[in-house]
Amino acid sequence: MLRDVGFTVPRGSVTGLLGPSGCGKTTLLRSITGVQVVAGGTVEVLGLPAGHRDLRSRVGYATQHPAVYADLTVTECLRYFATVLGAPASDVDRVLADVDLADRARNLVGSLSGGERGRAGLAVALLGRPELLVLDEPTVGLDPVLREDLWSLFHRLAAAGTTLLVSSHVMDEAARCDRLLLMRDGAILVDDTPDGLRAATGETDLERAFLRVIREAA
Amino acid sequence: MNPATTAATARRVLTQLRHDPRTVAMLLLVPALLMTLLRFVFDDARAFSAIAPALLGVFPFVIMFLIASVTTLRERTTATLERLMTMPLARLDLILGYALAFGLLAVLQVGVATGVSLLWLGLDVAGSVWTLLLIAVLDALLGMALGLFVSAFATSEFQAIQFMPLFVLPQFLLCGLLQPRAEMAWPLEWLSTVMPLSYAVDALTLVTRSAEFSGTLVRDLVVVAGCVVVALALGAGTLRRRTA
Repeated sequence: MLRDVGFTVPRGSVTGLLGPSGCGKTTLLRSITGVQVVAGGTVEVLGLPAGHRDLRSRVGYATQHPAVYADLTVTECLRYFATVLGAPASDVDRVLADVDLADRARNLVGSLSGGERGRAGLAVALLGRPELLVLDEPTVGLDPVLREDLWSLFHRLAAAGTTLLVSSHVMDEAARCDRLLLMRDGAILVDDTPDGLRAATGETDLERAFLRVIREAA
Repeated sequence: MNPATTAATARRVLTQLRHDPRTVAMLLLVPALLMTLLRFVFDDARAFSAIAPALLGVFPFVIMFLIASVTTLRERTTATLERLMTMPLARLDLILGYALAFGLLAVLQVGVATGVSLLWLGLDVAGSVWTLLLIAVLDALLGMALGLFVSAFATSEFQAIQFMPLFVLPQFLLCGLLQPRAEMAWPLEWLSTVMPLSYAVDALTLVTRSAEFSGTLVRDLVVVAGCVVVALALGAGTLRRRTA
């Protein structure tokens, strides 16, 4: 599935993992969170092998399909995950405010819209202030205002020292990242900053820059 | 292992059920309704008393098997299990949390069915009613543990439900309720000897017939409790941190 993938993500930054659907983004993120059976190679996270017991409270993971209990209210769901993580109870209100879901706190997760449910899943990943946040397509299906709010949140978290690895298949989100990883067919084609990529390809538009890289690789 | 996580898991499972009052109502009332139906089918208190105790164990066994397998399958397919596996949660905490929540539900379910049978349907129990309750709750836990275990082998809810006739009905047919086990052909009798429900039904029959807390009764209880522990351990073994 993945071939010759090698990269490091600098701490306290937002790294974007971009590529079309089915290129292996989720497999890569699952390998980092330690839930993927890895056939070969090593994945090291925060100085420990991926999936290490000590990483379980230091890495936050939001799956593409929000892993939240549909038959609980948003608060009940967050409270449960907070207890499992050993996070303080006050964390529930904090993460609800972070993802702008406080007004839906008493609603059943199953009654939320797709975008709201995604944000509930993201809120779970924020519990306990993890050092590394692995977010699989967190902005899919969100309106532009909310998308903007979430990207500001990501940068606030990074400024406070959190490392974020965010996947997306929307190229216009690339410009918001500190570093970019472009994936295609299970391989990483680009590992650079947005400016570095622009300089290397001579394109100002990142989408065009990506196209150039892909054509040159073919 | 962490008791706070176990308790939080049990509370979470019960909260999920609380948001589904129709399921709770059915869980608590259906066995009692079936006992009432059975009483009128026999139309005779003695015939009813002969078979009713065994069914007080069989109904919760079947129902808990279904509920547990569907609940766990849902946890697997909606990726909440995967999320929990990335968190500092011991697999035993999850399993014990489930056992606690469903065990509590089983106590209520069996309590209602037994209460109705004793008070209104003329069930006559020679032994201790508490022993009867204990065996029935163990049966429910056994059903839960088996359901949890087999859900690992189902990829859809249709499959999970089909496991009920596959794992539960043979035990029901061979447990001695329809035909005394000693009168079965030897392969069937041998099969019934390795099936936990046979011991549960044997224990329930003993408790109804005699006030004595016999060695056979103790053996039956130990076998059923042992099977619960083994099935829970097998269930914990099917929860994988890493999947393909």
